[in-house]
Amino acid sequence: MHIPDGFIDAKTALVTTTLAAAGVGVALRQVRRELPPRRVPLLGLAAAFLFVAQMVNFPVAGGTSGHLIGGALVAVLLGPSAAVVVLTAVLIVQCLLFADGGLLALGANIFNMGLVATVSGYAVFHVVRRWLPGLRGQVAAMAFAGWCSTVLAAIGCAGQLAWSGTVAWPVAFTAMTGIHLLIGVGEGAISALVLLAIARTRPDLVGVAGPMQTPLKIRAFVGYGLAVILGLGWFVAPFACSWPDGLESVAIRLGFARHAATPLLNALAPDYRIPGITSPVIATAVAAAVGVVVVFGLAVLLSRALVREPRETAGAPASPS
Amino acid sequence: MSDAPQDRNPMRAKPGSRGVFAGGPLQRLPAALKLSAALVIIVGTVLLPVDWIGCLAGEGLALMLAAVVSRIPFLILIRRLAMLLPFVFGVALAGMLNPGGGLDWRIIAAKSTLCLLTVILLSHTTPLGEVIRVLQRLRVPGLLVTTMALMHRYLFVLADEAGHMRRARASRTFTRGRRFAWSALATVLSRLFIRASERAERIYDAMCARGWK
Repeated sequence: MHIPDGFIDAKTALVTTTLAAAGVGVALRQVRRELPPRRVPLLGLAAAFLFVAQMVNFPVAGGTSGHLIGGALVAVLLGPSAAVVVLTAVLIVQCLLFADGGLLALGANIFNMGLVATVSGYAVFHVVRRWLPGLRGQVAAMAFAGWCSTVLAAIGCAGQLAWSGTVAWPVAFTAMTGIHLLIGVGEGAISALVLLAIARTRPDLVGVAGPMQTPLKIRAFVGYGLAVILGLGWFVAPFACSWPDGLESVAIRLGFARHAATPLLNALAPDYRIPGITSPVIATAVAAAVGVVVVFGLAVLLSRALVREPRETAGAPASPS
Repeated sequence: MSDAPQDRNPMRAKPGSRGVFAGGPLQRLPAALKLSAALVIIVGTVLLPVDWIGCLAGEGLALMLAAVVSRIPFLILIRRLAMLLPFVFGVALAGMLNPGGGLDWRIIAAKSTLCLLTVILLSHTTPLGEVIRVLQRLRVPGLLVTTMALMHRYLFVLADEAGHMRRARASRTFTRGRRFAWSALATVLSRLFIRASERAERIYDAMCARGWK
């Protein structure tokens, strides 16, 4: 998902860099205020860990392989503010040392993977955890949060590519989201497995009020939320809103001929429409809702398969050793 | 130093501080100059009007010349490019599906390749430590600079550690299909995180002992 240079035009680079700088600024302020000095080296080590973890590929169906983004995992382990700083450091070093992701596209990459993936992953994890107690709930929440963060980051990436005029929105959206629906399953599963393994060997490192977490202030969270929603809305909303009039308006706006865009979407995603529902917006929304529910079910199933003794583990957090 | 990446671990074959090839005149230039030059080249390339193909060709020639002058082995340059290009062409291919041809995908791919070449040249002629020092002088927040410096320092240490753990794991267990591959991977990663956090504690003590803050 690292966008290289040349795919993002100047206006998109400017907007994403501004948004990313704002988000990282909030995160840095928050971390400086809340993080005890003892934990400062941990940020660097976590960044090195994440870099190594991102190099490890895992097999995805169909012969392709994906790699971790790790945003949700680090956000759950270290708290969202620290995670934003860690991801930013990783992305800058990847760009400068390995040319992985462009220099001009750095803002976009930091926005997608550093801000959207971490903040959404953290938010989803905590919402789900409130419903599902115990270690089992944590594992399920982690799996679901990993998937959500990957898909949202991919949608942001598609929006930026489309807004730059590099790739038409329907193509970018279906391709990026389609691939990352699968990669997200891997991300969620690996994140959940890693969290479970850490929780089993060093339970003191995991937990909402764990020693590694930076506490999150409401104001900071509102700041992140605004940055993410503003950014995603900025890139995606103009395309999404024009869907009721058909995809032609998108094609016209981007300067493409009007004939080929709609058949292309239908060819790429024939199952994206549900028979009996005429409005494409509602059909998309229903399909998306069904997909989210299915993945949530998978996450719960995974947690049931992995964590055997619900009573024992549910009682464990109440009586810390 | 110049022929350090000779072991078989692919993570170490990548240009770290030891991947910088000494000796060329480009390597002796100050890092700030190279960083800003790279930024100017990339911004210029992205903003270049589509029909100025001659300019792109000239830029490509200039970058090639710079590569020759900096004495980076050609094979390494090509290998780095080959690792990064598939994604470029993947997106360019998606751009090719643009009906009626909005932006020419060949131009996009060419521009992107030139930008990649620029960053690869930068990373092979400038140690990251120097870049981080430039960022520090540019008033990038200290916490971010510290994080990047520590990350750069321990990157290869952790990569080696992960390699050792995976080798140890592989020598003790038979590979039993995909499911076990995933759980083995997760175990290695979780151990790596725990070791990293324990190492961070020791590093903090060492930093304090040397009078940090």
